[in-house]
This record gives sequence, structure tokens and C-alpha cells, in this order.
Amino acid sequence: MTSPLGKDLLGLERLTAEQITLILDTAEPLKEISERAIKKVPTLRGATIVNLFFEASTRTRISFEFAEKRMSADTVNVATAGSSVTKGETLVDTARNLEAMKIDMVVIRHGSSGAAQFLADRIESNVINAGDGTHEHPTQGLLDLLTLRQRWGTLKGKKVCICGDVLHSRVARSNIWGLQKMGAQVAVCGPRSLLPNAISDMGVTVFDRIEPAIEWADALNVLRLQLERMQAGYIPSLREYNRVFGVTSERLKRAREDILILHPGPMNRGVEIDSDVADGPHSVILDQVTNGVAVRMAVLYLLSGNSPRLAEAAAGGT
Amino acid sequence: MSPSQSVVLTARALERTLSRMADEIVEQNDGTDGLILVGIQRRGVQVAQRLAAVIATREGVEVPRGALDITLYRDDLQTVGPRPVVGRTEIPLTIDGMNVVIVDDVLFTGRTVRAALNELADFGRPSRVRLAVVIDRGGRELPIQPDVVGKHVEAERGDRVDVFVQEIDGRDEVILDTGKRA
Amino acid sequence: MSARDLLLKGGRVIDPSTGIDKVGDVLLRNGKIESAGEKISAPDSAEVIDCSGLVVSPGFIDVHCHLREPGREDVETIATGARAAAAGGLTAVCAMPNTDPVTDNQAAVGFVLKQGRAADAARVYPIGAISIGQKGERLAEFGEMVGAGAVAVSDDGKPVVSSQLMRTALEYARAFNIPVADHCEDPTLADGGQMNEGIVSARLGLRGIPNEAEEIMAIRDILLARRTGGHVHLCHMSTKGSVELIRWGKDRGIRVTAEACPHHLSLTEDAVEGYDTHAKMNPPLRTMADVEALREAVRDGTIDVLATDHAPHHYDEKARAFADAPNGIVGLETCLAVNITWLVKPGILSLAVLIDKMSCAPAKLFGLPGGTFARGAIGDVTVFDPTREWRVDPAAFLTKGRNTPYTGQTLTGRAVATVVAGRVVFRAN
Repeated sequence: MTSPLGKDLLGLERLTAEQITLILDTAEPLKEISERAIKKVPTLRGATIVNLFFEASTRTRISFEFAEKRMSADTVNVATAGSSVTKGETLVDTARNLEAMKIDMVVIRHGSSGAAQFLADRIESNVINAGDGTHEHPTQGLLDLLTLRQRWGTLKGKKVCICGDVLHSRVARSNIWGLQKMGAQVAVCGPRSLLPNAISDMGVTVFDRIEPAIEWADALNVLRLQLERMQAGYIPSLREYNRVFGVTSERLKRAREDILILHPGPMNRGVEIDSDVADGPHSVILDQVTNGVAVRMAVLYLLSGNSPRLAEAAAGGT
Repeated sequence: MSPSQSVVLTARALERTLSRMADEIVEQNDGTDGLILVGIQRRGVQVAQRLAAVIATREGVEVPRGALDITLYRDDLQTVGPRPVVGRTEIPLTIDGMNVVIVDDVLFTGRTVRAALNELADFGRPSRVRLAVVIDRGGRELPIQPDVVGKHVEAERGDRVDVFVQEIDGRDEVILDTGKRA
Repeated sequence: MSARDLLLKGGRVIDPSTGIDKVGDVLLRNGKIESAGEKISAPDSAEVIDCSGLVVSPGFIDVHCHLREPGREDVETIATGARAAAAGGLTAVCAMPNTDPVTDNQAAVGFVLKQGRAADAARVYPIGAISIGQKGERLAEFGEMVGAGAVAVSDDGKPVVSSQLMRTALEYARAFNIPVADHCEDPTLADGGQMNEGIVSARLGLRGIPNEAEEIMAIRDILLARRTGGHVHLCHMSTKGSVELIRWGKDRGIRVTAEACPHHLSLTEDAVEGYDTHAKMNPPLRTMADVEALREAVRDGTIDVLATDHAPHHYDEKARAFADAPNGIVGLETCLAVNITWLVKPGILSLAVLIDKMSCAPAKLFGLPGGTFARGAIGDVTVFDPTREWRVDPAAFLTKGRNTPYTGQTLTGRAVATVVAGRVVFRAN
């Protein structure tokens, strides 16, 4: 009983275009469930899902929780804010504890790259990566793809520029892989101090300045600029960042008329993106939020086909 | 066609059957007021569309139609893998107080209809729900009976009964395949 | 001292220090080399080991390992480390001072020596710290430590950040004629780094350590060696650029020597794929271009010695998310096989050059006895089978560490007998 996705969803780098298409195609009809009077289907009745958040996250956790509840799963939220020293120990112990409690799925958010895989390698339950360090955030990448595909019909040949702190962004990595696999052209734009040194080896175009990036792109995915980056000395100030790299309505005048603006949130209005852009006609930021629930429902549904416990039941059934 | 296959309904016969079913639906409902046809994905949707077309000709009324994909309500999801493809569900208006006719191509165990009834209940509270099927092949595993039947077919458990429709299959026909009989 | 003579009979005797390479016998008497290379009729009382088909060479010396005692005896002790070394064909190891407490005074040096003698396996030579507590502030007492038995100084594990302190260390070490073993890492460039900076780190979302973090300090200390006339020994070199800088220094007669480790000569950053913490080390595994440059540097003599940087960890310390796992792998029991598999088998090094890098050169550079079959030299001998294939099974290691990236791999070359002071301290089944 193998799910077409395998046991876990750890990142988009490992998925094929067919697998990504399957998730997006499954997510489309699931959007309707959130429009119903009773926003719930019985699909995952009796399945136990643990939302294991080692890092604070409101939006992603809520989105996953809605997705799980709309699929009728039983969910438990575990929020652990550990020091970096105890993190790893907690993780291996947590894995053992979860395994002992016979849960079906784990949604994990962790500050260390590779933490989701670490867990997936050690437990039988399905593991969904809800963001691991600066590695990947696959469901965010998928919801971005879904949002763009809904607007464009296809991603083939479309030009998407990811703007900002690519170096520290798991959203950026998931977007780069997902977009490339779906046939889009991908560029990045930001100060070089916030781009990986080997970025061009990832098959993307690099824009040093935001103006030509805006002229080039069919869509901009504007990343959140963490305040800590300024404190760590990657950029001199948030003010200067906005003046040089900010996506402003003034700069958008150079863009094609139907350019789309995405942002994974939460936004720093007036830093990486100006309010009139975020709230303006090009913005699909709220579509992203809506699509997030559908994409996560789709992932839960598709992965549940590979739960070992369900597979056991299948082997015993007719 | 292999020797194990036999035609249950030809294209012409299917057309006549659907016309009669449409008449029965209108008759049982005492007209078209409050009527909505909800087809079960995939071929039930096409059958509902055919029935609506007949009703439109006879009664001059466009009966509202909906579509239900019951995949997420299946009671065998725990035992099938990989996950079946999920289709679209579309209920265009509130079904509270309506007379809903669930439409499907073949009625067998009744499990699909059970799932459809559960799903329908998540959209509201119809005043009455009826069931119309092109083929009743027997073999029920749940206490579910149709109100409108195109044709009864004597089929054994391992047999297949397939309703083919132009829109999906390129032809109209109903075939019984007894190839799995010992 | 062994009461009986030991005759290693009929092996291929290779000693680059005396230019011997022929099939013959090696006779040890009173713990010393009596003769090597010639056919000898053994005295009746002698213990005889049949070495036909095997190589008999001066004992291997590892100038760079971490034995964790004192402080982390749960991870390794000097005794388990010395026995693991013997099992790997090493007759002597130099223990880095980054223990707890740090080996930064004569008493601590004496402790390491004493524990090493008690182990009764490979010899253990202490390396003293450059700075007190390895804090990079005040010079440790080199003279007293050397007097107690230290063979070099190093703050390994940590770079000497202050250029002035490094200058002073190189100057001060001259009085005792010891090398300053240098951990080259610019701490600001390497800050928070988990692996080599490149496409793999970009993909995995792990913070990278650029080659320049090593190279900047390598050239700084080569220049300081030029200024001071001191002997700088660059530890665990990992980059193509470092190789070029060492070559530059040697061409100018600067007293710079360098070591490379088996893992940097056999693995690339690709080993980190899948967040394998057994591929996490410092300096990190680099790219194929770096590996190739290092191999060439070993071949042409730019790299003087092959060391292990043996760094055992408790198994659950490596069973963590990548960023939280400690650096390092064990190496004592795999170094010979890895070096043969990746350097000798492909024809990069001859067996004689391998033996020079693992025995003669380390002895010479660190002023240690051994590394030669000259008559009267200490009777430290390694007998190994350069063609024997074996599968790496960490559970069979004598080191307490199990952290190796070579698990399950089939390697070629294995120690058959390890002889220290004329006595067999390890014998393979």
C-alpha cells in the first residue's frame, strides 16, 4: 500500500512534477469543503495527528489545525520552546514517545534544518514538514503553486521572482524546487548578503536590484525580512532595505499590468512590502491563506493512504 | 465484445429508459417544484444531466442540478490505497426544504448511496430525498432501496455492470460482464 | 621490554627512512630493531610471526587524535583509544589537549602519559595547549609541559584568534624545538557553520563554512612562521586553496608542515546529504576539487603527514538534528584502510609513500622515536595486509565511539599485527 507521495512530505526537492500535480489537483476540489455549512468531512475519522511545534508559529499551525479538523482527525498540539542545546535531545525522545503513543501523523515545525527528516527516519507515522530550519516549508510552497496555477491555469513558462532573504528562507527553497519542477522560470532578488553563495547553481536567475526583477516577473513572491537579520549585520537597516529592495507601488509601475504579488506572511509592512501593494489589486495574499487549508487537507488525505496502521488494516480486510 | 459480455441496454434502449425515469421522477415529486437532481461522480452526474434535459423538454423547466463526490465519505478508505482521486462536489443552492433526487448509474451494495446521504446531510436538511438509478443489480449490503429504477439486472457478486455514457466513454450502452463466474 | 626476541618473517619490508623495500625478515631484540630486510635464521627462543604476503613497516604514528580523557571517559578513555589505535595498526598517537580539564600544564601532561603507559597498547604522546584553558589569552607553560613529555602544542578544536598570541607561541616554541599544531579557522567566517559552503549547504539549508575560513588563518600562520622562524604544523587541511598556500610557504623555505585526514581524502560534502550527522566534521567535508587537490598534495609532498583527527562521540550525541550534533568521526581503526582504498589502490600513492606519511614523516616532524627500521631504533612495527578486504562494522570497534561515515562499506587493507617496543600489542584473528 504505497501512497503516490510515499510516507512523508519533507520537501518539494524530492517530489516529481506528477506528485506535485496530484497534490494540487486534489486540493482544488477540497476548497469547496470550507464553503459548506458543516465544514467537515469524515475522511480521517479516528486518525490521530500531533502538531509538534518547536518554533512559535500561529499561521501555519492554525492552517494545519483547520485542515486536520475539516478532515475529522483528532489533533493534539504540542508546543515546545526549547533551548538550542536541548532541542536535539528533546527531538529523539519526542520521537520515541510519539511512537509509543501510536499516533498516525506528525506535523513538525523545528528550528533545525533536517529535523523533519530526522523524525521521519525514526517513526513509522507519516511526517509532514511544517518548516525545518532554513531548509524547506513544502506546504507553503504548494499553496503558492496552487495560488499561481489558479490564476494562470499553468505554471509552464511563467516567470516568478522570489524577493528578499533567500539565504534563511525555507519558503524560498520550497518555491524554487516546486516552481522549477512545474516548468516556471525562477529568479531571486535581494542583497547578496542574504542570498546563498551558490544560488546560481540552483538554476535560478539572480537580480541584484529589485527594479529589473519587477520588470521581468509575472509574479513576485516577497519574503518576510526577519528583524534579526539586521541585528546580525546582514543589512544595515530596515529603512534602507525598504528604500533599496522594498516592493512599493511606485516600483510596481514598471511591472506588467497583471503581475501577481505573493507573501508567505506575516508581513512587515513598510519593510519588504508596502501596505498599498499588500492590499492592492495585484495581491493574492489572502488567496494564499485560503489555499493553504486546502493544500494541507490534500496532503493529509494523500499521505493517509500510506499510514502503516491503515496498511495493516487493509491487509486484514477483504 | 468477449463471450462473457452481454448488452443490457443499447443506446436506444438507454434513451427510452432515461425518458421513463425522468417521467417517474416528476410524477413522484408531483411536478418540478423544489426539485434538485444530485448526481454522484462520475457517471451519475451525466445521468442527472440527461434526466434534466428530458424534464426540460417535457415540462419546460430547468431543474437545478448538483454533483456529489463521495470519495471522502467512503467507508473503505482505510482499506484502499493509494488514495482514490477526489472529484468535484458542487451543490449550487441551499438544499434545505428541497426535494433531492440522488442520481447514480448502478446501485449495488448501497455503500455509495450511504456515503452520498451522509455528505448531503452536511449541506442542509432536505424535505425529502429520493434515489434514482439506471441499473439495480441487487446485492445490497445496507438497507437502501431505489425509488426510480431504469432496469433490474440479475448479476452475481463477481459480475460487472457498466453504464457507458457518451460524454465520458464516447458511446451509450449498458454491459453485463459475467467473466469472473466460476 | 620483551624478554624474547621477535622475528617478523618473510614479509615485504618497507622502510622509506632507510630505503628498504624487499621481502625479508625483521628481528626485534630487547625492544629495539636488531635488523630489517635481510633473511635471518631466528634464534630458537624467538617468537616468530609469519608475515608472508604481508607488509612490515615502521609503526604508524597518528599526530592528531582526541582521546577524551580526562573529562569524557564515557566517550573514550586513553586506554580504549590506545587499544583502538593498536587495532588500527598505530604504534603511537598524539593526544590533543582539548579535554576537561585542558592539558595545559605539566601535571596534566604527566597524567596523559601515565594513563597511556597503563594502557599497554599504542604509545600515547601528550600535546599541550598553546593557551591556558585553550582560551586564547595567556600562553601555557610550554617548557614545563615539554619537560613532562609533551611533544607539541596546540589549541586544536579552537583556533588561536589572536595573531599576536600565535606569533608569540611560534617564537616561544622555538626554544623547545616543538611544532605548533594549528587549527585553522576564522571564527567569524565559520560562525554557526554546519558544513561546507556550497550548493549542498544552499540546498539543505545548512549554514556553510567557506574555504576561506581555513585559508585565511593558514596564510596568516604561514606568514607568522616566516616572521618568527617557528614551526607551524597545519592540522587537518581541507581545501584546494590551503594546499596552494602551503606550497607557497614551502617554496620559500618557511617552516610549515601540514597534515590531511582520511575523510577529507575520501569523502565530499555529498556525504552530508540526508543530514547524516556522521558526515558532520570540522573542517567540513569539501568538494571533489578540494579532495583531488589534497590527494595531489599528499602525493607531491605538500602534505607531509596523514593523521586521523579521531573524534569519538557518544552515540546519542550524533542522534540529533544536524545543527545540534557535535563535529567529528572516529578514525583510528579505519585510517589505514581508508588511505589504502582511496590513495594506494587508485595508484595515487605507493605503499612506500603511504608508510612515509603515516610513520616516518610524523616521527620526524614531531621529534618522536620510531618511524624507522634503523638498527637500534625503538621496536615499533606495523604488519598489515594491503589487500585484505573487510566490511566496516562499528560494533566491532575497540574505540568507544561508533560515529563513522564508513559503516557497511567494504574497505581494503588491514593491520595484522601491531608491535610496540618489541611486543605484540595487537594481533588480528
